[in-house]
Amino acid sequence: MSLMKNILTTSALSLSLGLGSLASAQDYQPDPNAKPGGNIIVTYKDDVATLDPAIGYDWQNWSMIKSVFDGLMDYVPGTTELRPGLAESYEISEDGTTFTFKLRKGVKFHNGREMTAEDVKYSLDRVTTPATQSPGAGFFGSIKGYDAMADGSATSLEGVTVVDPYTVKIELSRPDATFLHVMALNFASVVPKEAVDEYGADFGKHPVGTGAFKLADWTIGQQLVFEKNADYWRPGVPYLDSITFEVGQEPIVALLRLQKGEVDVPGDGIPPAKFNEVMGNPDEAKQVVVGGQLHTGYITLNVEMAPFDKVEVRQAINMAINKDRIVQMINGRATPATQPLPPSMPGYTKDYAGYPFDPAKAKEMLAEAGLPDGFETELYVMNTDPNPRIAQAIQQDLAAIGVKADIKALAQANVIEAGGTPKTAPMIWSGGMAWIADFPDPSNFYGPILGCAGAVEGGWNWSWYCDKDLDAMATEADSITDPAKQDERLQKWSDVYMKVMEGAPWVPVFNENRYTMKSTRMGGADALYVDPVSIPVNYDYVYVTE
Amino acid sequence: MLAYLIRRLIQAALILLGVSFITFFLLFVLPADPVRQIAGRSATPETVANIRHQLGLDQPFVVQYWRYLTGLFQGDMGRSYLQKTEVATLITARLPATLLLMLGAIVAELVMGLTLGVVAAIRRGGALDQSLMITSFVAVSAPQFVVGLLLLYVFAVKLSWFPIGGYGSFSNLVLPALTLGIMGSGWYSRMMRSSMIDVLRSDYIRTARAKGLRRFRVLALHAMPNAILPIIAMIGIDIGIFMSGIVVVESVFGWPGIGQLAWQAIQRVDIPIIMGVTLVSACAIVVGNLLADLITPFIDPRIKLR
Repeated sequence: MSLMKNILTTSALSLSLGLGSLASAQDYQPDPNAKPGGNIIVTYKDDVATLDPAIGYDWQNWSMIKSVFDGLMDYVPGTTELRPGLAESYEISEDGTTFTFKLRKGVKFHNGREMTAEDVKYSLDRVTTPATQSPGAGFFGSIKGYDAMADGSATSLEGVTVVDPYTVKIELSRPDATFLHVMALNFASVVPKEAVDEYGADFGKHPVGTGAFKLADWTIGQQLVFEKNADYWRPGVPYLDSITFEVGQEPIVALLRLQKGEVDVPGDGIPPAKFNEVMGNPDEAKQVVVGGQLHTGYITLNVEMAPFDKVEVRQAINMAINKDRIVQMINGRATPATQPLPPSMPGYTKDYAGYPFDPAKAKEMLAEAGLPDGFETELYVMNTDPNPRIAQAIQQDLAAIGVKADIKALAQANVIEAGGTPKTAPMIWSGGMAWIADFPDPSNFYGPILGCAGAVEGGWNWSWYCDKDLDAMATEADSITDPAKQDERLQKWSDVYMKVMEGAPWVPVFNENRYTMKSTRMGGADALYVDPVSIPVNYDYVYVTE
Repeated sequence: MLAYLIRRLIQAALILLGVSFITFFLLFVLPADPVRQIAGRSATPETVANIRHQLGLDQPFVVQYWRYLTGLFQGDMGRSYLQKTEVATLITARLPATLLLMLGAIVAELVMGLTLGVVAAIRRGGALDQSLMITSFVAVSAPQFVVGLLLLYVFAVKLSWFPIGGYGSFSNLVLPALTLGIMGSGWYSRMMRSSMIDVLRSDYIRTARAKGLRRFRVLALHAMPNAILPIIAMIGIDIGIFMSGIVVVESVFGWPGIGQLAWQAIQRVDIPIIMGVTLVSACAIVVGNLLADLITPFIDPRIKLR
């Protein structure tokens, strides 16, 4: 087998291989002003559910798990660029189906034992075993032997081989351009078998990883304390001695405490009711870092329900919605969207303006579709502010073209249920449940929410849009695994989303911005506070200035 | 007495069984799928089906309920769907905080309610009485969410007398206990007022006054103990009322009790936790009511339990 050596830095993937002289200029540059030491206080309203990397799948524990565990791959802090993590380097076979990872030597788990290739294999077996109940198991579907794991006929992934203690080979059943991203997901974190065996289902409360921080204390319902891992394999980080996560704090209370200097980062963000007040105060506005996020808020139009089965109707709805006004309603905390992908996502089509806001034209198109008097429909929406208000704005926009939409404001779980039940919800405003990418790659915005795979009972493709040709294009794009052909792949993805816009199963409404507030003593580049992968902040690289 | 107790305990067990059935049934018919909450967005249908199977949620209602019940009788409340931690562990970790808050609230409502009631009774019909009764009416009707935020804003943010939320010291307890107790204090002040008025009208008080005892002595030693007695029995019932209040109060003040746990579990459709907290609360209410009934004959010998 001829192997494509991937040791040198590629422009597409920006690899720093930790080989000193070969280190990529694009990897994170240590902050010369960073001072080690100190403790910060981060607050959350909800309890932390679990720190088990195979289980944890909410935006609160996602970044916490990232700080306790490492995977083979990782991202350059503050960016969407991949860099090696526990793998020192990797090779991809020319056909894109075999990945060989060379592990770093001397990396120790928090329990003192050295991490080896056996642990990598064990961790991948664990996350794909049905008994683990990992929500992320499906991400590993391209690994050879996954199906046998999923149906319980195997106890170990056939495609994962330990070559030697520092080399692990992973064979895929199909080329998968997103595989390196998959290996950077929390679900692919490397865990020590002995600790999992010891704690069983309670491993999530007693996590043992290789990450920058280790769990020092967890008082249920009150706080978690992370302590610096002095043996961390990345030199120089983390800077902080410890992080205290205080839970059970309402966002409004957290803000008041931040203003009194008692909190460093309110993890749930600025409460909407206080947003204008904070941003209107120059001193406080300075404490807020604004960034994009891999998020799109959209309206789904159920193509299985009349009259949304007609593409003209769907296009007309796209022209009827006044996105600027909706953005104003949420105090400008977002940018109007033109397409499914958010602007910071690779593959975003910059020169596409989207459907214009043109109610007159929309009304005309409805008439052409045989609906001159409009029609009646239902708009499902999550019942927490600001979503019902946004739904009302949408309702008014629709009324202007003769469409009478009844608003169904329900609890989140009920909206999700309605969306995944055939022919139930004609329209859904996605607010509060909208897609935020699992990893920064355009494919992640397609399969589950726009592809045929998601258009099933219990799926997340709430418009039930299923275009076999588009699915084929998507598969084709994802079989381009050669990093040198990355641009070609992204172009293909861009084409897929432009076709989606033609079919108009969605009205993309806005891309939410991220606003992270921090105390004045927090240091580190702004990018760390709006890190696309670690929300709210990248704990490993921030520091305190006093 | 013993026969009464046994009968009441059997009744209590039946009530708890009924509560467990109704709650379990309601959660079962709820159009929200807990598996979706666990599996998240990216899970394949296969993963969703697997999680459903592993948790036994693909079984019919009767089987699911029976499994839960048999677990319960073996002292196993199950594991949280999302946290994977044992429900018993989660509840035991948080129960002391809730009990402390309830104790604080009982003290707060008694101190406020009884004082106001006595003062109003002494000044019956006067302007002070009128304004106190209006105040108590407001206290009974004010939503706890509003009261909590108001107290938090005035006494913690503006005046800095107390910490803004949190747990661990006496100063953390004051505001949430006041918030939870304020409604009860409204009731108690009204009950104490009418109870006091009754007692003050009675012959033995008139006799005591006629003997030339000081007014304060008559009030403190003769009238108040008799007026308080019927009220004490109410405390048991308060436990039930508090159970509904702790969800709100604990959330506002970041108090790490079971109310907060329940609220978070409801949002995430974490059925084992919802069941666990519901049953523990139901137990508390049943025991509270039972205690109230058992105490009554000691307070008022005219009442006999049969």
